[in-house]
Amino acid sequence: MVENNSWSRFVTHCILILGVALVVFPVYLAVIASTHEAGTFLSGTLPLLPGSQGLENYKQVLFEGRSRAGTPPLHTMLWNSFVMAMTITIGKLLVSLLSAFAIVYFRFPFRMFFFWVIFLTLMLPVEVRIVPTFQVVADLGMLNSFAGLSIPLIASATATFLFRQFFMTIPEEMLEAARVDGAGPMKFFKDILLPLSITNIAALFVIMFIYGWNQYLWPLLITTDPEYYTIVMGIQRMVTGADAEPLWHLVMATVVLAALPPILVILFMQRLFVKGLTETEK
Amino acid sequence: MQTKRMTFNHRYLPYLLLAPQVIVTLIFFVWPASQALYQSLLRQDVFGFKTEFVWFDNFTRLFADDQYLQALKVTLTFSLGTTLLSMSVALLFAVLVNKLIRSRDVYTTFLVWPYAVAPAIAGILWWFIFNPTLGILPYALDMLGYQWNHRANGNHAMLLVIIAAAWKQISYNFLFFLAGLQSIPQSLIEAAAIDGAKPFKRFWTIVFPLLSPVTFFLLVVNVVYAMFDTFGVIHATTEGGPAQATNILVYKVFRDGFIGMNLGSSAAQSVILMAIVVLLTVIQFRYIERKVNY
Repeated sequence: MVENNSWSRFVTHCILILGVALVVFPVYLAVIASTHEAGTFLSGTLPLLPGSQGLENYKQVLFEGRSRAGTPPLHTMLWNSFVMAMTITIGKLLVSLLSAFAIVYFRFPFRMFFFWVIFLTLMLPVEVRIVPTFQVVADLGMLNSFAGLSIPLIASATATFLFRQFFMTIPEEMLEAARVDGAGPMKFFKDILLPLSITNIAALFVIMFIYGWNQYLWPLLITTDPEYYTIVMGIQRMVTGADAEPLWHLVMATVVLAALPPILVILFMQRLFVKGLTETEK
Repeated sequence: MQTKRMTFNHRYLPYLLLAPQVIVTLIFFVWPASQALYQSLLRQDVFGFKTEFVWFDNFTRLFADDQYLQALKVTLTFSLGTTLLSMSVALLFAVLVNKLIRSRDVYTTFLVWPYAVAPAIAGILWWFIFNPTLGILPYALDMLGYQWNHRANGNHAMLLVIIAAAWKQISYNFLFFLAGLQSIPQSLIEAAAIDGAKPFKRFWTIVFPLLSPVTFFLLVVNVVYAMFDTFGVIHATTEGGPAQATNILVYKVFRDGFIGMNLGSSAAQSVILMAIVVLLTVIQFRYIERKVNY
């Protein structure tokens, strides 16, 4: 039968542990580097064990920032990232739930046309239409604002399709029963569709929060005011802002703080994350 | 496309429900895209005083431009490198994890979180590891007598961004491969084992062919990822250098449009990129339809 002796299991574990170590290694190094003082990096080789400056480094990046390089304290950037990620996530969910509801539960002229308009967003990632999109946002006076950071990103074809598919699986009898009881469309949406969709909403929430938090190019373009920097794009300013070699201990403390929130979201909501990932892409 | 058998009747409510999504799409997606199409046919003089309609001249110029052809080549190398590296590592992990029962979830937890790391941060992490003066890998390579310098050597820089981009994508590929492996009936593998097929042979003649829908799907997704979502990896580390060695298409559009201020050319590049996305999306969706029947 299929081999499953202890020797082959041992080899499997060995390779996997080595592989996991390799995958974890870059982040381990970042955590280590963030606990040393500036002097350590001048001596040439990088230490592999933690230093003693951790608390001081994190305190410095969180509350003082580096005024010379023009980057604000990290607590501002973390807050900005959080607001942007939450607005994008909630916006996307709301907008897609409503559109999917309209497409599945109503018959009206131009239904297919609207469906294709939404579908188009799949084919036009920000990266391919950078300059004209920037012009639109600038013309609307939305540079350096939370509205500019989030609203242009809240259309979502994938979420709309997912909700459409899910709504199609809800038995017809639900609607019939609701109508017999005299519920209007919005009451049906609020009291029946939303509660039924809660797992799907939660799964998409995880995926979209990560998407929103990790936005890079977009905030880079439309924020020139450090007050609105988000943490992921702010790091780049720290690496290239100064002429000299970057202050690695502070950069790495920032990297750790920037990566931590989405990583925690994945680790604590792993099941929802996997569900969201596999269902949005199909 | 179907609706429910029974629907609500309302004159304007459905339009109201669709309005937010459609308005955002029209203002921030469709309009800029049409602007890109229009601008790709124009050329502005250096001072921005005069704009001229030049038909497809921007496109012909692009394809005669060595730098653009170089960027195409770089993008191809980068996407293929990232896709192959990330998918093969992920497949290896998935096959191994799939053999285990009790520790499966533990390994999965350790392998999924890099998905959460932003491409720009992944870039900086590996940039740090490969840093020629204090990085750990150049130090090790130096002991083996190999000089690593991604600031001067284009191949080194390319390898660096490929590793950074692939590292982040391993989690995604791993999860899909693992799901694919778990859907393969155990009886097929047992039957082959009874017929005397060794593990290696079983993998290549049974498991791998049965995985091909997943593999193909991931191939498209990874190429899309490498081409369009890796702007951060490049921008935060090599900035396209040295000597354009890592100047991928999305980075070039950004640089020509915002730093070079060459709007006509940047718009033409946008249009070409859109054509590529459309093509990849069509491939992906055609495939998915087939998979539903499968």
